[in-house]
Amino acid sequence: MKQNRMVFVTVGSTLFDALVEAVCKRECLLTLRKLGYTSLVIQLGKGKFVPDKSAGEAEDIEIEHFPYKPNLAEYLGKADLVISHAGSGSIFETLRAQRPLVVVVNTLLMDNHQSELADELAERKYLYTASPEKLVDTLRTMKLETLVPYPSSEPSALVKTLDQFLGFAPSIRSVSDHR
Amino acid sequence: MEEDEQGVRWWAMVLWALAVGLLARLVTVWMLTGSPLVHAEGTGQRNLKTLIVLGSGGHTAEILHIVEKLNFEHYFPRCYIAAVTDNHSLAKAKKLEEEKAGENAKHCSYYRIYRSREVGQSYITSIGTTLLAMGHAFWLAFSIRPDIIICNGPGTCLPVCVAGFVLKVLGVKWVVMVYVESIARVNKLSLTGQLFYKLHLMDQFFVQWPKLQQKFPRTQYVGRLM
Repeated sequence: MKQNRMVFVTVGSTLFDALVEAVCKRECLLTLRKLGYTSLVIQLGKGKFVPDKSAGEAEDIEIEHFPYKPNLAEYLGKADLVISHAGSGSIFETLRAQRPLVVVVNTLLMDNHQSELADELAERKYLYTASPEKLVDTLRTMKLETLVPYPSSEPSALVKTLDQFLGFAPSIRSVSDHR
Repeated sequence: MEEDEQGVRWWAMVLWALAVGLLARLVTVWMLTGSPLVHAEGTGQRNLKTLIVLGSGGHTAEILHIVEKLNFEHYFPRCYIAAVTDNHSLAKAKKLEEEKAGENAKHCSYYRIYRSREVGQSYITSIGTTLLAMGHAFWLAFSIRPDIIICNGPGTCLPVCVAGFVLKVLGVKWVVMVYVESIARVNKLSLTGQLFYKLHLMDQFFVQWPKLQQKFPRTQYVGRLM
């Protein structure tokens, strides 16, 4: 029995047909298949482009898609590779689920501050970035084993600072005053 | 004739006094902004009415990570505001409240607010929508009268924070204002963040990347939220 290896593609709540189209191109499907992936689950968002499931059959890759689900954790948990839009919500949900991630930046967006985050995280080796045009190249050349696990964040530090400011926790200064 | 002139002079003096008073008050508020409020010891107030502005998508996810860690005995009661067009944020906040506060979650209140600018909306039409959002935000802020506003963008929180600042200037309520720049901002502040920074509106201004803190010295970096 062949092992099922799933690629999860997500565009969040945005409209990003260029990504879905790029993923569903024959060249891309072939590349994914060559890398050992056997199925593709695509979350389409507000896009109008609906992938053709038979295109996958030809390349021996199963294609499943849906527009939106509030909780994508189930798919992220099962995914062996995630291809995502550059929204911070999707990026961090994937990184926290410790899944290999390729972020595709929407080059059509004006004032695209989203690439700022993706680039910074790519520089730190937490993920790969690509444009829809360069997706296949990135998939071919990426080395997932060189990615670094994303360190967990600590929101308590901010809350502690806030507590100190408001007098709910002793501040550093008042602690030293008591000495 | 002479009486009229005297009347005009009198009114001019009143207006001048008001203007000077307002200016003095503005300067005072600006000078006090960012100075620590020792609520627990100073005023004896043990709980703060907390207004949390949910900015949708990644913004909401980030701010709810803060809410998760807040001590609910201090930050109580809590009110949540989200944009009218945002269908998910309030539900996410309600879910968190039910999980964390249990029975006490019923004391929370939830509001929807008009957004000043939708993604992709032109800057010209956004003047009108901003005015509408402003009016709505003022009405909400004056009726809630929070002790503290916690927000993290995008534009949704701008009118709420301006209203909060006006509450301070008018002496209605000293609203502690806290802004956390989104983790998506690595090299420069968002437009909302820049405005808050330049206008000195925030008592606490957090960023999530050390190099951004270095560029804007009046901000704080204490780690990431995500």
